[in-house]
Amino acid sequence: MGKIVAGIGSSHIPSIGNAYDQNDQSPEWQPCWEGYKPAKAFLKEKGVTHAIVIYNDHGTDFFYDKCPTFAMGAADEYPIGDEGWGVRDLPPVKGDADFSWHLANSLIMDSEFDLTVCQEMVMDHGLLVPLPLLFDHDPEWTVKTVPLHINVLQHPLPTPNRIWKLGHALRKAVESYPEDARVAVVGTGGLSHQLNGTRFGHTNEGWDEEFLDKIEDDPEALIDIPHDIWMERGGAESVEMMMWLGMRGALTPDVNKIHRSYYMPMLTGMAVTVMEDAKAA
Amino acid sequence: MSKETGHSDHIPGTTVFTGQRSAKGLQLNKFAYSLRLAENRAAFEADPETYMNNYKLSDWEKQKIVEKDVKALIEEGGGSIYMLIKLGGVTGEGLASMGAQQRGESVEEFMKTRNVPLKQNT
Ligand SMILES: [Fe+2]
Repeated sequence: MGKIVAGIGSSHIPSIGNAYDQNDQSPEWQPCWEGYKPAKAFLKEKGVTHAIVIYNDHGTDFFYDKCPTFAMGAADEYPIGDEGWGVRDLPPVKGDADFSWHLANSLIMDSEFDLTVCQEMVMDHGLLVPLPLLFDHDPEWTVKTVPLHINVLQHPLPTPNRIWKLGHALRKAVESYPEDARVAVVGTGGLSHQLNGTRFGHTNEGWDEEFLDKIEDDPEALIDIPHDIWMERGGAESVEMMMWLGMRGALTPDVNKIHRSYYMPMLTGMAVTVMEDAKAA
Repeated sequence: MSKETGHSDHIPGTTVFTGQRSAKGLQLNKFAYSLRLAENRAAFEADPETYMNNYKLSDWEKQKIVEKDVKALIEEGGGSIYMLIKLGGVTGEGLASMGAQQRGESVEEFMKTRNVPLKQNT
């Protein structure tokens, strides 16, 4: 039987991927690496077999010519994308097409969550930044991944409430899977940052901390916040923080708080949270 | 809400990437998106003018690309920062310098405003 055991929230800042690939152990990177160690250890301890990773593509596979609001991978393997600086030295992401098709059937037929299903999908830093920090991957991945993309680049974006409900639908889908699967749901993105305009570089540590509190204890307080308010508080590009609600919505209302770290070095708040599903304790 | 931009743009210094802006910047962003692939980066580097013409870029767009005027490309041209950043794969320019340009600062000035100035090539 499928079972959701953990929820992870993580930033997916590209520079983390660069520093990881270069094994940068300088002091300014230590808070980031330290933040992921308990997350990786916990996922191993819980025997996680599958990860559903909610992320957004940033012009690796999807472009604005055809721009799905929600899209899920259904393949046994996903290639690593070139985003403009060469392909990272990581093995192709391992998938589980049967599990993905089960999720698609349940999401679309049971929950009327009719997303785009992709049999070919090229992986983007939205997924590839956190994944190697959470799971072993040498020489190959120890986890099977389901990539789940949400458009958070081109407005109109889905509402936070819709993403929250996607989480509920994912839980229903996982729990109806007849095979054994111990699933972690990973919500990625943010935290506060702005990349356009004279407001470039806007960050908001107070809001980031409040967001992290609410994700753990009161996620429903976040689901009615309009996009304009997210942008005002956290910066225009921080709307991707909404994707954490897809993860949180897949968990039990109460969770066991396992770990949380936060670091604001330069342009974007770097955060990691680990929550144990109350039914998996 | 403005008909032209599809947004009220009430946050100062912020250009929300709306459908209307995406429509305006479609060719520009398509050009920048194409640079994710190594063979396209090589072709652009070898002959920028021809490469940009193949994407039907306007004289204004080509000029702003050459001038590295990211601010104008985003505010007036419908550029998406997530696509324009891929120009950096050819020019070597990073996000921090694109940000500094939008703020009207030098990279050094911008870096002084940061908590921890990490290596700035992303
Ligand atoms: Fe992102």
